[in-house]
Amino acid sequence: MNFIRKFYYGDIPDQKGSDEIKDAKNPLSGGRGAGHDWPLWEVFIRSKQGLDHKHAGSLHAADAQMAIENARDVYTRRMEGVSIWVVESKYIHASSPDEAASLYEPANDKVYRHPTFYDLPDEVNHM
Amino acid sequence: MKDYLIDYSLHLADNALILGQRNAEWCGHGPVLEQDIAITNISLDLVGQARNFYQYAAERINQSAGQPVHPATEDSLAYLRTEREFKNCLLVEQPNGDWAQTILRQFFFSNYLFLLYQELQKSNDSQLAAIAEKALKEVTYHLRWSSEWVIRLGDGTAESHQRMLNAIDELWRYTGELFNAADYEKEAGADPSLFQPQWLSKVKEVFNEATLPVPEQTFMQSGGKTGIHTEHLGYILTELQYVQRTYPDSQW
Repeated sequence: MNFIRKFYYGDIPDQKGSDEIKDAKNPLSGGRGAGHDWPLWEVFIRSKQGLDHKHAGSLHAADAQMAIENARDVYTRRMEGVSIWVVESKYIHASSPDEAASLYEPANDKVYRHPTFYDLPDEVNHM
Repeated sequence: MKDYLIDYSLHLADNALILGQRNAEWCGHGPVLEQDIAITNISLDLVGQARNFYQYAAERINQSAGQPVHPATEDSLAYLRTEREFKNCLLVEQPNGDWAQTILRQFFFSNYLFLLYQELQKSNDSQLAAIAEKALKEVTYHLRWSSEWVIRLGDGTAESHQRMLNAIDELWRYTGELFNAADYEKEAGADPSLFQPQWLSKVKEVFNEATLPVPEQTFMQSGGKTGIHTEHLGYILTELQYVQRTYPDSQW
C-alpha cells in the first residue's frame, strides 16, 4: 500500500478523495496508461532536399496532424529534417520472418547480380 | 533621462522566462511522452527569447551606469532580482493546473506574443526588432500548436470540454492586463491596445471551432507589469533562483 503519495506539478488530482487518481484512458490525467488508446504512427524524415525520406521511429498520436507535430518535436529538434511523412503503423504490411529463407536466401549464390565483374578505368572514381 | 528600453526589455524577458519556467515544470510529467517533449521544447524556446532580451537589457544598464565594476549580466537579471522587480504579466505566472489550463495559458500568451513581435519587428530599435524577428518563427509554431490543442480539448469529450471551461474561468481575468500599456511600453515599445481586437478575433475563431464560449467583459486583474504580482511568483522565483542564491557565482 502507498501511505505516502508524492505528487508532481502536472499530476495533482483536482478532486479530493478520488481513489482513481490516474485515469488510464484520459490523456489529461497524466496516468501511466495515457495515450495508449492513441494509434501508433511511423515517422519518415527527409534530412535535406533531394534525399529520400528515411524511417526515423514511431510515436503515438490521436490524428495525422498531431502525429506530424509530435514528429516535429520528437525527431527534428536538432535540424534533422526538412520534410516529414507519417503513416499509421497498421497500414504498413511487413514480410514474415518465417519466410526469410525462401525470400532472401536464393539470392545468396547469385553474386553475378552485383556489378563487380567490370574492369573500371582508373579515371572513374566513386564507384 | 530615463532609458525606458531597459524596463521594456526586462518586461519582455521576464514574460518569456517565467512562462518558460512554468512550462518546464511539466518536464517528465507530460500527459504523454510526445507532449512532454512538445511543451518542454516551447519552454526552451521561451528561455532562449528571455536570454536575448536580458542580454540586451544588461548592455543598456551597463551603458547608462558608465560600465560599473559589477556589471549587470543576463544571469544577474534573471537570478538576483526580487519579486517586485519582475515585470512579467500575471498570466504567465499562473499555475499549470491540468493540461487544459496549461494549454489555454499558452494559447492566450502565444496569440499575444505573435501580434506583439510582429509590431516589434518594425521597432526603431534595431536590436529589439532583430530579436522579435527571430522569435516570431518560434511563436508562430507555439500559436499553431496551442490553438489545435484548445480545439481538440474543447471539441473533445465531455470531460475535456469541462476542463477547458474551468481553465477559461481561471485564466480569463488575467488577459486584460496584456493590453494595458505600462509607462515603459508607451515610451519604448508597441502599444498592445492597438492589436487587442486582432487578439480577440483569434480567440473567437479558435473558441468557436472548439465549441467554447467567449466570456463577457468582466473585471480584469492587473499589476504584474509594474511588479505587483499574484502569490505564485514568489514560489517560482524561490525555485528558479535557489542555486544562485545558495551558491553565489558558482560555475559549472
